[in-house]
Amino acid sequence: MRYLFSASYFPGIQKLSSMSGKPRLTYINGRGRMEPVRWLLAAAGVEFEENFVETKEQLEKLIKGGDLLFQQVPMVEIDGMKMVQTRAILSYIAGKYNLYGKDLKERALIDMYVEGITDLMQMVMMFPFTPAEAKAKNLASIEEKATKRYFPVFEKILKQHGQDFLVGNRLSWADVQLLEAILAVEEKVPAVLSGFPQLQAFKTKMSNVPTIKKFLQPGSARKPPPDENYVALVMSIFNLS
Amino acid sequence: MAGKPKLHYTCGRGKMESIRWLLAAAGVEFEEQFIEKNEHLEKLRKDGDLLFQQVPMVEIDGMKMVQTRAILSYIAGKYNLYGKDLKERAWIDMYVEGTTDLMGLIMQLPLQSAEMREKNLALIIERAKTRYFPVYEKALKDHGHDYLVGNKFSWADIHLLEAILMVEECKPDILSAFPQLQAFKGRISNIPTIKKFLQPGSQRKPPADDKYIANVRKIFNI
Repeated sequence: MRYLFSASYFPGIQKLSSMSGKPRLTYINGRGRMEPVRWLLAAAGVEFEENFVETKEQLEKLIKGGDLLFQQVPMVEIDGMKMVQTRAILSYIAGKYNLYGKDLKERALIDMYVEGITDLMQMVMMFPFTPAEAKAKNLASIEEKATKRYFPVFEKILKQHGQDFLVGNRLSWADVQLLEAILAVEEKVPAVLSGFPQLQAFKTKMSNVPTIKKFLQPGSARKPPPDENYVALVMSIFNLS
Repeated sequence: MAGKPKLHYTCGRGKMESIRWLLAAAGVEFEEQFIEKNEHLEKLRKDGDLLFQQVPMVEIDGMKMVQTRAILSYIAGKYNLYGKDLKERAWIDMYVEGTTDLMGLIMQLPLQSAEMREKNLALIIERAKTRYFPVYEKALKDHGHDYLVGNKFSWADIHLLEAILMVEECKPDILSAFPQLQAFKGRISNIPTIKKFLQPGSQRKPPADDKYIANVRKIFNI
């Protein structure tokens, strides 16, 4: 039986790892736009593999090979598809693993919350690439948006329904995304939750969900905060100046 | 109380235009409340109507929905424009994200300096020709169907038509190397609900002009 699965039997397949059945993530070895995908798969208890892009040449090879629909990463091989576009990937995973609510209206709430959190995370994601002179101002902006625009919304939602999870009294993509954002902002603004008791309790409860607890431990697929080496790597691979 | 959806935004395309397209294509009548002054925006905020203090906001089915993608996904799902299963939805999502990125570039043009605008216009044309349009051209060629996903009219088709027309406003002959997209454009434009939306007098908004942009800057303090 083994020959049926050898690479030579299926022309065009370069590696066998995508045949293990596990999703395979192609991205740089760092958080960036792939980190929410890692979080969601981990929270869903789904094991995955990673294919790290380490050089510009590697990225160009992927592009030339036609693996990247819009010539960009993230790319996730999952269920026979080479998925691109972070939101599309996350929506698919959420839908597949029942983290997307029970009906259209719950999905609408989850989408709204996730989009808001994504706007906040976008600021955090771009922060390492800010020029030195603008860093203090950007940091202040992140803190302001977190404490005035985004966190109050989720604090209020949790207070109003008194449940453990944001939507439908059940773990969803929105909860995972919110925890990720809380931790990411806390790395930059350690006392950011000081005015948000509901979010503090939420953070504790969510961090203790077994799959998430495992992801938060050393040795997991979670990536460390971006440092100068990461920034330099991204600039070189994507030809940024 | 199933009233018509009510859209809150400025009287221009911006981030609300894709929503107008989708509702119109689905044959859904909708109302609009235009934000003409900063005070209108501030009132919506003070009244707690804007979850993250931003527009677009659409009142629909008892919800005050915000965040363009969330609104579009809801409408697509409700009016059966989102494929028949998770995988078709995945393809629709991927295609829509691509056209969103392309239209996002165009949306920023009116807010930029003349110099940046020229540079970005060149980038938009390059991206359309080499990154985005080839993908949809190939998809249509490969399966030979009239629509992008699942041989059925979906959100992806509406969004692509909107993007094509938007890029054509930047460069009228942009589809010259894309025969499938030319045929696609013809077909989708002739769908009755869309044909109606493309006629004068519909709720489709014109491209931004200087007067509109000046007002947008005042309303949003940018």
